[in-house]
Amino acid sequence: MNLVFDPAWLPRLGQGVLLSVQLTAYCMGIGAVLGAVLGLVRVYGGGRWSPLYWAASAYVHFFRGTPLLVQLLGIYLGLPTVGILIGPFLAGLLAMTLNTAAYQAEYFRGAIQSVKSGQMMAARALGMSRGQAIGHVIMPQALRLIIPPWSNELIYMLKYSSIVSMTALRPETMDLFGVARSIASRNFRYFEVYILVALFYLAMVLILTVALRWVERRVRIPGLGTPGRGI
Amino acid sequence: MALLRVENLHKRYGHEEVLKGVTLTQEAGETKVVIGPSGTGKSTLLRCINRLTEPDQGQVWLEDLEITSRRSDINQIRAKIGFVFQDFNLFTHLTALDNVRLGLTKVRRMPRAAATDRAMAELDRVGLAAKAGAYPAQLSGGQQQRVSIARALAMDPKLILFDEPTSALDPELIGEVLSVMIQLARDGMTMIVVTHEMGFARSVADEIVFMEGGVVVEQGPPEQMFRSPQIPRTGEFLRKISELYGESS
Amino acid sequence: MNLSAWTEIAPHIPVLLRGILVNIELLLGLISLGLGVGVVTALVEVYGPRPLGWAAGAYTWFFRGVPEIVLLFLFYFGLSQFGVPVSAFFAAVLALGLRSSAYQAQIFRGALQSIPHGQMMAARALGLGRVKAIAYVILPQALRLSLAGWSNEFSSVLKDTTLAWGIGVVEVMRQASYIRARNFTLTLPIYITVALMFLVLTYVGNVAIGLAERRLRVPGLEGRR
Ligand SMILES: Nc1ncnc2c1ncn2[C@@H]1O[C@H](COP(=O)(O)OP(=O)(O)OP(=O)(O)O)[C@@H](O)[C@H]1O
Ligand SMILES: [Mg+2]
Repeated sequence: MNLVFDPAWLPRLGQGVLLSVQLTAYCMGIGAVLGAVLGLVRVYGGGRWSPLYWAASAYVHFFRGTPLLVQLLGIYLGLPTVGILIGPFLAGLLAMTLNTAAYQAEYFRGAIQSVKSGQMMAARALGMSRGQAIGHVIMPQALRLIIPPWSNELIYMLKYSSIVSMTALRPETMDLFGVARSIASRNFRYFEVYILVALFYLAMVLILTVALRWVERRVRIPGLGTPGRGI
Repeated sequence: MALLRVENLHKRYGHEEVLKGVTLTQEAGETKVVIGPSGTGKSTLLRCINRLTEPDQGQVWLEDLEITSRRSDINQIRAKIGFVFQDFNLFTHLTALDNVRLGLTKVRRMPRAAATDRAMAELDRVGLAAKAGAYPAQLSGGQQQRVSIARALAMDPKLILFDEPTSALDPELIGEVLSVMIQLARDGMTMIVVTHEMGFARSVADEIVFMEGGVVVEQGPPEQMFRSPQIPRTGEFLRKISELYGESS
Repeated sequence: MNLSAWTEIAPHIPVLLRGILVNIELLLGLISLGLGVGVVTALVEVYGPRPLGWAAGAYTWFFRGVPEIVLLFLFYFGLSQFGVPVSAFFAAVLALGLRSSAYQAQIFRGALQSIPHGQMMAARALGLGRVKAIAYVILPQALRLSLAGWSNEFSSVLKDTTLAWGIGVVEVMRQASYIRARNFTLTLPIYITVALMFLVLTYVGNVAIGLAERRLRVPGLEGRR
């Protein structure tokens, strides 16, 4: 078995990396904002029977309980049939964003709920409004607690960004795996191209893992998250 | 006019009526110690005073302001009433200095520099200026409770409510917190203290309030309560906790 | 999307169900493959000799770091390039199953490591050999502790079976696109129907795992959650 790797593939794969990173960054960024809002609604949005709570919960259950591919094709192929025209890049971004928002909502909810209830009470006792207490006391703690699950989610979404290659991407908007498919379909060196692209993903995952650990260490506060070291 | 008046306060949780009509009057500069068996509603009473728990019935007045009125701005009122919790509840993500400063900058909207000066002064008052940069997890229980007292003091409260401030502490750390509180009482701070530290009660309390079953059973100055209680049950309880807790401080 | 579109869906439901049956077959295949390989990998990582442990670590690292779709294409087109005749279905079970084994190994390794050291010592003190101690004392406890993690892995691989569409397995997504090709106004209702089917499957699966968890519960042996 003789393997053939061609350096000429690299520039195009590099372009693909750029697009995958873009997709991931956008969906994680917008998803974090949406997820935070949904998570806050699930914790503070009134009781089980408030419409707001109900809507947020339905959203979270739907997008977590159904395949991302179904969501993607529903948006990419389905929306145009009801008059909403949407390109493959935007469809991919939208599906990934809606999907990750639901998962991130759960991470936010978990993080907010694991802040001890005494923290809210102490803030209110000082005269802070509920909103101030959430903004100055609860969220700063929740945001630190959320870093590990959020890091996992980021890596998941980076890998899942390859799903946009399932829509017919134009050459100029092709993600890393889309580029790999188009190269392999021309030279039939499937194994070499796909192994190479696998290594690309592994490298990106490695870089992200290291970077996120570094961030986590930078913002770590004694007694929050990891068992604190008293004196 | 009294600084604080509590009138006929009721609170129920489900079928259980925890407060069954509590009435109290507190003058400015007075220190009141509230005692009573576990589960009699002492914490509930304190929380109803600043409405961390909503009372079902009855009124609370801070001078001429009705706290329990729907129309009063509860956040503004809470800013004038300090609260010290049994388990400190220092903000985990903030240093000692930031814990004391947060209420100043966010509730009282004090400029940052002035807030820092004030916060440092309060930390100094409780003997912890050197620990300003430490996070709660890096402080002992006694130190955490002193920071939380400084956090309450910084708001210039008219009154501070203490809910068993020493009962989560190891015995050797109780003294440092009590001595801060004794100093406060001597400086004329108005305080309601739920505690079973009878040494503290003897040395600074103006009045001891004995609660049981959601009502005030008896109240009076310490000498009278210890020497000649009107109700046998009061004497019995006081003897029991004096034995149990000794008289540290 | 009007009401008539929804009534037009009805005749297509049996086809979709036939499609989702293939997803369930994929699921059963890949999760058993993943379980077998995952348990062995975890045992090797925890109890095996150093070099083997490293190899197991590298294996899980690879399969956790590469996207499912890349694995699917690698196993299907990559293998056929070397003349290995694989069906799309088999390639999908292999690719998704090995990926799942890496995740299951991680769940299982956590469970193995959370069992107090005293259990192994007590078993050895009875005269059980190392292998028997693992088989009769450690494994049964670790498998129970893993159930919570497995219910997550189950929902995630169930949804990922749709990716097999990419290499041409005739599962529910393929059936959906056949229906869509004949009547494209049904596109949105079809995908919503498929989504609902997955919601039901996820729910049923989680209830079943919850029941299993309760059946297998031993007082004092609780998962850390
Ligand atoms: N949020 C709540 N929900 C339901 N019941 C409560 C709640 N808070 C307090 N209770 C009940 O009210 C009663 C009085 O509680 P409270 O904490 O006021 O007593 P306490 O006198 O402070 O007792 P302790 O000395 O143990 O602190 C108890 O029976 C308690 O179980
Ligand atoms: Mg209490």
